[in-house]
Amino acid sequence: MTVPDAVLPRAAAPAASAARSWRLAGIVLLVAGACVLPFTVSGFRVFQFTQVAIYAIAVLGLNILTGYNGQISLGHGAFYAVGAYTTAIMIDRWSVPYGWTIPAAGVLCFAAGFFFGIPALRLEGLYLALATFALALAVPQILKYFEHWTGGSQGIVLSKPEAPLGLPLTADQWLYFLTLACLVLLFVVAANLLSGRTGRAIVAIRDHRIAAEAMGVNSALYKALTFGVSAAYTGVAGALSGLAIAFVAPDAFNVFLSITLLVGAVIGGLASVSGPIYGALFIQFVPNWAQDISKAAPWAIYGVFLIVFMYVMPHGISGAVRLAWRRLRRPAGTPPAP
Amino acid sequence: MLIRTLALVLAVALGLGLAGPAGAQQTPGVTATEVKIGNTNPYSGPASAYGTIGKAIGAYFKKVNEEGGINGRKINYISYDDSYSPPKAVEMVRRLIEQDQVAFVFQTLGTPTNSAIHKYVNQQKVPHLFVATGATKWNDPKNYPWTMGWQPNYQTEGRIYAQYVLKNVKDAKIGILYQNDDYGKDYLKGFKDGLGEAAKKLVVLEQTYEVTDPTVDSQIVNLKNSGANVFFNITIPKFAVQAIKKAHDIGWKPLHLLNNVSSSLGTVLKPAGLEASRGLITALYMKEITDPQWRSDKGFQDWQAWMKKYYPEGSLDDQANAYGYSVSQTMVHVLKQAGKDLSRANIMKQAASIKDLELPMLLPGIRINTSATDFAPIEQEQLAKFDGERWVLFGEIYDAAKLK
Amino acid sequence: MDIFLQQVVSGIATGGIYGALALALVMIYQATDVVNFAQGEMAMFSTYLAWTLLNAGVPYWAAFFATLAIALVGGIVIERVVIRPVENAPVLAIVIVCIGLLVILNSLAGWIYTYIQKPFPSPFPERPIRLGGVVFGAHDLGAIGVAVVVLVLLYLFFRFTPLGLAMRAAAQNPVSSRLCGIRVGWMLALGWGLAALVGAVAGMMIAPVVFLDPNMMSGILIYAFASATLGGFTSPGGAVLGGLIVGVVENLVGTYVTFIGTELKLTVALAIIIVVLLVKPSGLFGHAVVRRV
Repeated sequence: MTVPDAVLPRAAAPAASAARSWRLAGIVLLVAGACVLPFTVSGFRVFQFTQVAIYAIAVLGLNILTGYNGQISLGHGAFYAVGAYTTAIMIDRWSVPYGWTIPAAGVLCFAAGFFFGIPALRLEGLYLALATFALALAVPQILKYFEHWTGGSQGIVLSKPEAPLGLPLTADQWLYFLTLACLVLLFVVAANLLSGRTGRAIVAIRDHRIAAEAMGVNSALYKALTFGVSAAYTGVAGALSGLAIAFVAPDAFNVFLSITLLVGAVIGGLASVSGPIYGALFIQFVPNWAQDISKAAPWAIYGVFLIVFMYVMPHGISGAVRLAWRRLRRPAGTPPAP
Repeated sequence: MLIRTLALVLAVALGLGLAGPAGAQQTPGVTATEVKIGNTNPYSGPASAYGTIGKAIGAYFKKVNEEGGINGRKINYISYDDSYSPPKAVEMVRRLIEQDQVAFVFQTLGTPTNSAIHKYVNQQKVPHLFVATGATKWNDPKNYPWTMGWQPNYQTEGRIYAQYVLKNVKDAKIGILYQNDDYGKDYLKGFKDGLGEAAKKLVVLEQTYEVTDPTVDSQIVNLKNSGANVFFNITIPKFAVQAIKKAHDIGWKPLHLLNNVSSSLGTVLKPAGLEASRGLITALYMKEITDPQWRSDKGFQDWQAWMKKYYPEGSLDDQANAYGYSVSQTMVHVLKQAGKDLSRANIMKQAASIKDLELPMLLPGIRINTSATDFAPIEQEQLAKFDGERWVLFGEIYDAAKLK
Repeated sequence: MDIFLQQVVSGIATGGIYGALALALVMIYQATDVVNFAQGEMAMFSTYLAWTLLNAGVPYWAAFFATLAIALVGGIVIERVVIRPVENAPVLAIVIVCIGLLVILNSLAGWIYTYIQKPFPSPFPERPIRLGGVVFGAHDLGAIGVAVVVLVLLYLFFRFTPLGLAMRAAAQNPVSSRLCGIRVGWMLALGWGLAALVGAVAGMMIAPVVFLDPNMMSGILIYAFASATLGGFTSPGGAVLGGLIVGVVENLVGTYVTFIGTELKLTVALAIIIVVLLVKPSGLFGHAVVRRV
């Protein structure tokens, strides 16, 4: 657990702000690099990186709930599916311009998450995991049942959106920038939320709910709201993926998706805003590497990657990065901070 | 300062973007010595049992290469795992077309996966040949001129059974068990369309199951209880065995129509019990490899020899391996016909001009035909009844084109 | 009435399958506080090992017990080698390791044995038993019988043997147990070994019904979770009973509630989980875990 700035001795303050501006410069450089990327690589790679961005948003949603608020969810694939189908149904059945479907998916998933969060208040740890697992499993069947809306097992075919205003971008590049913009916006919002009072309340609930309540935090409200926000993020990711793949079908949203999102969250690093990005890169590219390494048993290689990562970095990649950063920053001779 | 740097970077980026991609090759994936063929198959995940088809295809192309290739070119076969997941299929097919620069895409498997890439391959004008699904929508040359199916589609088969029932069963009361996905529903639709107006009256009960269900025993009990005397069994092998066995155990003896997908003697009828399977009717278009009647047939023996030499780890009981063999032969035929010109346009043209092709593992009398308006290569099937020992073919060879 | 009974009987048969796997899940949870997602795959892999032995000509019961022994050792080895390094890591890290294990076992089985389904023999006679208007297979009855026998043996083991006592102590209070001289690490490993053994039994009872293939457990795992939740994760007997109840309810709902029919059977199982969790999270037969705040 990090020590709040206010408790650090005065001498550390200028060092902290220097570190902050380094961080900011790094982030700006990253975003700039991300903007240049689609023009230097093929359409297929742009598609892959769009997928990374989508996963990053989804995993951030999961991270807010599981990492910061301690509510384990094995069912976020359900919200991803709701987001994707919202987009698909709105575009296909009601001819809504795709731009509006993204916030619509977010709002709908927020409501869904909030309402799921209310009964979930009674559940903790294993039992919540099971309940969300049940939700993830039910989703494909439910999607197939309401055939009239969802197109059943045939799914719904969409068209990839073209760049507006005659911008000289391919559909892939346009979608990439759209996703990137959503990513930057959502990450900034999350970072602000989590570093302020709300974030502290959320983390307090995770660490010691009863003590937090004793300090005046309305844990029921916060927990349900967190569920809602988390679902909204993942729902937006789902909506963007509906546009990127241009096709939704129940088979794409099975329980393995929920497990993949959890893997992304844990490997990337729980309780961190940068974690989801590492996690997204992992879940997008490592299965492909595994396939290139071994045609015969690629998932076995993937499983080995998972296990080794957890041995070496039990707090995820962002945890390992933070540890390395701290070790580098510590001037020689000074004892490490408690 | 920061904003200005960003703006500069963005301007440069846009400028680069305006440059546009390098000119595309005329015949991508083709060199003087090789032709690149791309494929995705479910090598993992819920449909991994079908992954053997992708492997069989690789084994067949290996044979072709060892025998000198086609018109002096070897086949470079690239196959990726899509885990039966539509997003993964999109990614892998894009990788094949944009990164690996394959000449065309062949035998991608599954209805949801192929649906996901359907528009894309047509937009890219890449031949999308002989897709491994029985869905009906691949025969649409007007709207999707680059996509073509191969096997007889499920709806046609359903219609054949419906016709049989209408002709041969008085006072039919029909019970149906189907898998709750596009495969099951496609069969169901064909069957009901074939029954026409009578469907509402004749079908007394429909039951579904999921691939993840352990058994279908409960559904069989319900079907017997509905008083049905005709049973249309739309299940994959695992559940077909259970269905046949359970029906026999509870003493239910309807006219039992079994879908082609589960018609294997070795993997379905034997485990279910040869006595219990007596009287089963199915529609076939291929020689069933565990059926003793083909033991001394030359086509079968050639297939077996090929399996033993090129795909020894594949199962000699798995009909999917004969399927992969036959569809690869169709592909090789098209490539041979294309001669020197392996441009995408010509490959598509040749695929749409197959005339009366007979393959060693197809039933005698079944021929592959395509034309500019007919993108369904195999449209014929014949009914067969199980007599306790083998599938006895009977009746005419149904032709979907004439089945209305 | 006949069809009602028949559906109940079929439900009990399927429920026996769920209960067997649920038992293994509960055992690991009780011993280690970890829900082992790889439980199904471990059971599947053990069944494949049994199949290899049977294929080599080993008679059924010899192969059966040999597989149990291999599973026991295998479970212990997995705990010591794979789980031990992350014992003290956050719970979710352990979950990820279990998922990694799941994926590895599934992929290895597919690679070694291919994905085509294989029939697996049952030690019980093939002919169906008819009682009144109701038919059930000898295997179904046999499988439940085996599950009950395993349950009784486990109960006796935990209740009346010193080793069983040591295991229970290690699970409940590792610190005090260490002070008493109990090798807590090895108790955990033994817990995994026993759970793997129970899983192997479950696998060998399930395979004759659903056929042996690398994905055979994935559907059943869900129902096993439902059963364990219903019965209570702290009660092995409850888990088996929960399985039976889930099997029966699933069939009855599928038969009599027509708007759900068979299309939402899985959803029914899951609705059970959620309802039970909301009303009585510790399950019908479990006891609430009281934690110090």
